[in-house]
Formats: sequence, structure tokens, C-alpha cells
Amino acid sequence: MPPTPHDWSPRGWRVVEPVVGALVVAVLLGGLALAAASLDGVLAARGRSSGMAAGWSAPLAEAARLMRQRRRTIVAADVLLWRVGGAALLVLALLKAVVVPVGGRSVADLAVGVVWFNAMDVTVWAAVWLLGWGANSAHALVGGYRFLAQGLAYELPLMFALTAPAVAAGSLRLAEVEAAQQGGAWFVLWMPVAFAVFCLGVVAFSVWGPLSVPAGVDVAGGVLAELSGVDRLLVLAGRYALLAAGAAFAVPMFLGGADGPVLPGWAWFGLKVVLLLALLVALRRHLPVLRPDRFVEVGWLVLLPAVLLQVLVVSVVAVWRY
Amino acid sequence: MTLEAVLVVAAALFSVGLYGAISQQVVVMVMMGLELMLNGVILAAAGFWWFLSPDPTGQVLLLVVIAAMTLEMAMGFAVATLLHRSRNSDMTDMATDLSR
Amino acid sequence: MGGTEVLESVVFWVLAVVAVASGVVVFRVDSMARATYALAVSFVAVGLALLLVDLHYIGIITVLMMMMEMAVMAVYMVMFMGMNPALMPMSMVHDNRAAIAAAVATFVVLAGGALLVPWPSRREPEPGAVLGSAAELGEAIMGSHMLVMLTVSPAMLATIVAGVVLAQARGRYDRLGDDLDRRPADDPQPGGVGR
Repeated sequence: MPPTPHDWSPRGWRVVEPVVGALVVAVLLGGLALAAASLDGVLAARGRSSGMAAGWSAPLAEAARLMRQRRRTIVAADVLLWRVGGAALLVLALLKAVVVPVGGRSVADLAVGVVWFNAMDVTVWAAVWLLGWGANSAHALVGGYRFLAQGLAYELPLMFALTAPAVAAGSLRLAEVEAAQQGGAWFVLWMPVAFAVFCLGVVAFSVWGPLSVPAGVDVAGGVLAELSGVDRLLVLAGRYALLAAGAAFAVPMFLGGADGPVLPGWAWFGLKVVLLLALLVALRRHLPVLRPDRFVEVGWLVLLPAVLLQVLVVSVVAVWRY
Repeated sequence: MTLEAVLVVAAALFSVGLYGAISQQVVVMVMMGLELMLNGVILAAAGFWWFLSPDPTGQVLLLVVIAAMTLEMAMGFAVATLLHRSRNSDMTDMATDLSR
Repeated sequence: MGGTEVLESVVFWVLAVVAVASGVVVFRVDSMARATYALAVSFVAVGLALLLVDLHYIGIITVLMMMMEMAVMAVYMVMFMGMNPALMPMSMVHDNRAAIAAAVATFVVLAGGALLVPWPSRREPEPGAVLGSAAELGEAIMGSHMLVMLTVSPAMLATIVAGVVLAQARGRYDRLGDDLDRRPADDPQPGGVGR
């Protein structure tokens, strides 16, 4: 019998599986992003001591408003690059998430998943700068430059923070990094510096909380300044999706992945992702925004040496073990 | 997909890069030409690696090419910055006296 | 297996056309940002093509490095050009004809060589070897090809030092005074560490 498009034999499934998997990951990521936005709405409502219900529904109301809003047109805007930059954030978040093993399975089980995540993270630089450049607006461009300056300061520490679990597990494959923590000490316990720097990197590439100056109020919203309508919705959703993808990636890297007693693996995975994401969202209300001129020097002179020392410790332990 | 196909594409990348490196006046654009040439070299080296001898040596060669690109860029930007600071220009034609 | 090979060929040719076309675009557009990111697209296409021949680590590293490099390069372009090509179309070329001639001649020679040279047949790898893995590369540069590592690392360090020396506008005497004893340092932008 010739295979038909609806043939669910193993051969047909092999073609369909990645597509279905990517859709599932997209839905999960979207759900997490929406939950993060809702949580931020609630925290904001609590700060204003207004109704909690309005807080929960704030992201949906904002999305509905933006979808009906007309796009603002700007003289001599580089529309192509602007739109590319705006759409890229969501796409990159999804590309980061597909390598994460959910309950023992990942859509793309890359042998170099850790490097893949890093490559997508660097592509965020391009996306945010293009957002700033495309708008042909001084404030937006200032925001774009701020992001690159911050990027140079957070990227190297983030790279070495990613190196530490990979060295300890002896593999760049995310599933093997996760497996190396099964039933043993989670990497966060003996790589706290790497974990902290990684979380800072997630906050930075999501233009969030303490590292949100590229979209700062002092430059009229920076890279967000000229965005309107659907474009703005895509970028705001992309920020939450990046935050969610970063939290999901941290779980197999540092928090033992699906490891945990009693509950099934996927439940532990989901629980850890949600908790970390909630923590990252809450940071925005608890930490001041760091000025880029201050943060850059801290990145190079404090974070980088600290995380290098962390990698040294991990390497010595890894060599001693084998 | 054959070795010949990969090499022809690599040759095209290299030639376009060469055009840029010769014709452009702005230092940064010249660097873009050089980068494009090295892009062709990377593709060609990958083709040789896969179709002739897939052993670690080829990978090391690729790593060297990528390292050469980063060094080229770092020095290029440093020199361009110096040139811009001292002469307020980034055109190669205004730095021809450096070759004397 | 025939289906997979056809699919690989199609993907390769799509990536090849994208790489060369965006390479040409680099020198055709009159916008600095578009030129830079066209080059980035060219590099990403080549990086993805490397994945087709199992060079996973090198391919993704190429994407990583080049996206980062192009993001920085765009800034340098804008910083040094001193004008806005969105308002002022740029054509900054010299020896255009000679350059085209040289490029075409180079292409003819290289492509001709690629097609005419009788390439040796493939030396099959040992069975069980994981081709293109990061582990293989790491063992090579830390073992049999240590000399490469020993050459590249000092060259990189030297580049870092030389680059900073060439590019810096203010040295430590500008910051700390002639006797290097001015505290706090005289910086236009005080950093966050307070050194």
C-alpha cells in the first residue's frame, strides 16, 4: 500500500513529528509568555492597589487594543529591516525553545544545543538594533545602541556561564546535560555564579527589568518608541517569549530538568519553568534599572572574572572526576 | 550536491568579495569584501572536508579560518578607529600616504 | 535514501543562491544597515550549509560569530560614514571596471579549476567515527594539532592588546594624571566599579 498523507506509519510520522513538536512548543511558549504578561499585570495592579482582575486580563486587553490600532507611518523609515527586527524576537524565542527537552523529549535534539541557544541569543542583538535603526527615530536608535553596549558586556559572561554545565556534563547536547544531573546534585548547587549570570543574561536579552534601558522611559521607550499596532504587539510578546525561553532553557541546564521525586518528569519540568519565570518577571518590580554606562564596566570587570573562576572550579572538578 | 557544486558556489562568494575589497573606498566596506572572501574559503574548506577526507584536520582548518576572520575584523576596526580619529576620514584614498 | 539526497541538494542550492545573492546585495544597496545585514544573511546561509555536511559545531559557531560581528560592524559603519545614506545615496567605489574584471577573472579561474581538476575519491572515515563533532575538534586541537592552538591563541591575545592600544583615545596618564595618583580617575563616563 503506498503511503498516503494520512498514513500514520512510523515513516510518515517521522516527517510529521518535528512539525507537530514545533507547534506544541510554540503553544507552550505562547502560554508561558501570556502567563508571564498576566503576572506582570497583576504585580503592576498590586503596586497601584487597583483590582487584581484588571491585572490578570491586562495583557489580553492590551493585545486587543494593539490589534485594532492603526500602524503609525514614519518618514524614511527602513520598513523592511524594522519589520524583520520586530518579528525576529518571537521567532528567535521559538528557535531557542525547540532544543529544550520537555519531559525527556525535544523537538530538535541537536548535538550542540548549548551553542545553538547562544547563536540565537546573539541574533537577538541584530533584532533589537534593527528595531532601533528601522524606525528612523533618534530615541529608538539610542535604544538600539544601548542594547549593543549592554550586549557586549553581558554576552561573554553568558557564554562562559553556558560553558560551565557543558563542561561538567561533558557534552553540548542538552539532553545529556540534563541526564548528568539525574539523581545527583543539580548544577545550580555547585555553579551558583554561572546560574546567576545566566539569569542576568536572560533578563538582558529579553530587555527586561534591571536591564531594560534599551526600552527605557528616559528615551521615550527607546526601541519601542515608534512601534504601534501589531508591530508593537509582536515585540512586547517577543520579550515575554524570550524570557520564557530563557527560563525553560535554564531548567535542563542548571535545575536538573525533569529530575525530582514522586511527580512525573514533565510535571517537575513545568513546575521549575513556571517558578523561575515568575521569579524573573517579579525582578522588574524589585530591582532598579541599571544605567548602561555603569553596567558595562561591571560586566567586564566583575561578572566576567567571576564566571571565569566558576568555570575553572567546574573544570577542575570535571578533570578530577574522570 | 557534489564537491564541484560546492566549490563553484565558494568561488562565486570569493569573487564577489574580491570585487568589494578592490572597489570600495570606505574601510569598513573593504572589510566586508574581505569577510565575504573568507566566507567562500569556509564553504570551500567544508566541501573539501566532506567530499575528500572527513577527519579532524579539516575541522581544525575551518577553525583557523574563522579565527583569522575575527583577527582581521578586530585589527580592521582598531585601525579604522585610529584613522578616523587622526584624520577624520575613513576612506582608503585618504590614507594612501601610509604606503610610502 | 534517494529522497534524502534530493532534499539535501535542494536545500544546498537554495542556501547557495541566498548566500551569493546577498553577497552581491552588500555592494549594491545604498544603506549601511542593509549592506551589513545582507552580509550577515550570506554568512548564515553558509553556516546552515555547513550543517548539511555534518559540521554542526563549526556551522553554528559561524552563525554565532558572524551575527555578533555584523551587529558590531553596523555600528562602525554608521559611526564612521559620517552621513545618512537614507538621505544621501552613496556610491563610494573606485576602479570599478578593474575590480569587476578582476572578480570575473578570479571566478573563471577558480570555478574552472573546481570543474576541471580530477578530484581524488573520498577517503572514507573509520567506521563509528562521529563526523564533525565538537569532541573530535577539541581532541584534535588539544592533541595532534596542538601547534595550531599554540599559534592561534597568542595571535588572538596579541590582537586584543594591539587593538586596544591602537583604538584607545585616552590612556592611563589621561585618566590618572602624570604620576598615576589621581583618585578618582578623570573619566568622561564614571563606570559602575569606581576604579
